Amino acid sequence: MAGAAVLGRLTWLVAKVVGVAAETARVRTIVLDVPGWPGHRAGQHLDVRLTAEDGYQAQRSYSIASPPGEPLSITVEELDDGEVSPYLTRELREGDEIEVRGPIGGYFVWEPGGKDPLLLVAGGSGIVPLMAMVRHRAATGDRTPTRLVYSSRRIDEVLYAGELEELESRGDGLEVAVTLTREQPPGWNGYARRVDTELMREVAWAPEQHPAVFICGSTGFVEAAAGALVALGHDPLGIKTERFGATGGG
Amino acid sequence: MPISRGFRGRRSPVDDDVAGRVPPGQHLVDDFPVLSAGPTPHTPLDEWSFEIRGAAEPVSWTWQEFRDLPSESVTVDIHCVTKWSKIDTSWEGVSVDTLLDVVEHDAAYLLAFCDGGYTTNLPVEDVTDGKAWLAYSYEGEPLDPEHGGPVRLLVPHLYFWKSAKWVRGFVLRDEDEPGFWESNGYHLYGDPWREQRYWGD
Repeated sequence: MAGAAVLGRLTWLVAKVVGVAAETARVRTIVLDVPGWPGHRAGQHLDVRLTAEDGYQAQRSYSIASPPGEPLSITVEELDDGEVSPYLTRELREGDEIEVRGPIGGYFVWEPGGKDPLLLVAGGSGIVPLMAMVRHRAATGDRTPTRLVYSSRRIDEVLYAGELEELESRGDGLEVAVTLTREQPPGWNGYARRVDTELMREVAWAPEQHPAVFICGSTGFVEAAAGALVALGHDPLGIKTERFGATGGG
Repeated sequence: MPISRGFRGRRSPVDDDVAGRVPPGQHLVDDFPVLSAGPTPHTPLDEWSFEIRGAAEPVSWTWQEFRDLPSESVTVDIHCVTKWSKIDTSWEGVSVDTLLDVVEHDAAYLLAFCDGGYTTNLPVEDVTDGKAWLAYSYEGEPLDPEHGGPVRLLVPHLYFWKSAKWVRGFVLRDEDEPGFWESNGYHLYGDPWREQRYWGD
């Protein structure tokens, strides 16, 4: 896992907002045009910096939602009491400029062409970096057998629902299992419980298949999902996690 | 730099003392976010040991031997590279000086290793002279596994990834070599006051 990136300084770059799209009531995707962006790998994140008129600045990290080679986008969830996220989800408009720095993180990344199956486990907005992987897989024609387990509280909080359905329907080895933990719509035939050992036994690859595992979500979610996989006999070293705290993302 | 139209930021009143304790690009939090690269290990205490090896005769402590060492209570500010800082966190643990004092060596660097495969590199001078601890208690309670229990390294003057969770020992070295995050894009040294977050900062 030696770092493959160039040892250059990551400088702040001006990013022009070229598109905003509501994903759900509290989540928005922001498409950015960033001259000088060095490119990224699926799963990485970037830092955003906002500057107020009097020079006050605030910065936070956000996962990149777009796959390598496509216009750069982040998907941002508005946090209660957040400082930066409400600005990004409510105020920011097409044509505005912000600053970004990245890409960041060389560990929680997926590259196509591996020999082992892929298991992606998302809790809430933890889907974002995993979606970059799913999109990268589709864009490159990769056929790695892939299972995405996506836990959400309710159906109207599921991100990228239409796109996931379309990608799964291609029949190229992507399977999506959504579990709705708090509320299920009438006629729901997906899972309706929290991610635990029982659910993982049903939907995850067997430990003998040595899946590459990526888990992203809140700390509680990641603890539960990773703990379940370890309990089922998966190698802890094959499990990569990314967690966000309640205010860690701001 | 572009001004973010209409952005004011959260200007909650902080007194000057506290404001001066927040490094550039950081913001204060009240909770304690968690960041780890993999599953949380749960090593039973009767299998736990702390070992110093590398450029020295190996020395190791069992859990009981470790807990019998003199401990210290410290209150420090901590700064995570993911932008949060937390002031006045209180810890109890064994000063790294107490451990290194019994090891004869002249190594300039060490690599801390941990359950779960995580490593981080540090200059020896950054963990000696009262600058670092092996902490087993946080805010008066045994350190939670999520936060690195039973024992984590505590090096508060550097970004918090240097305060390795689930630490099990040091490999002493003559040369500085990157650990886990340092091989994955993060700064080799990690001084929050110089905002050394990533490679090249």
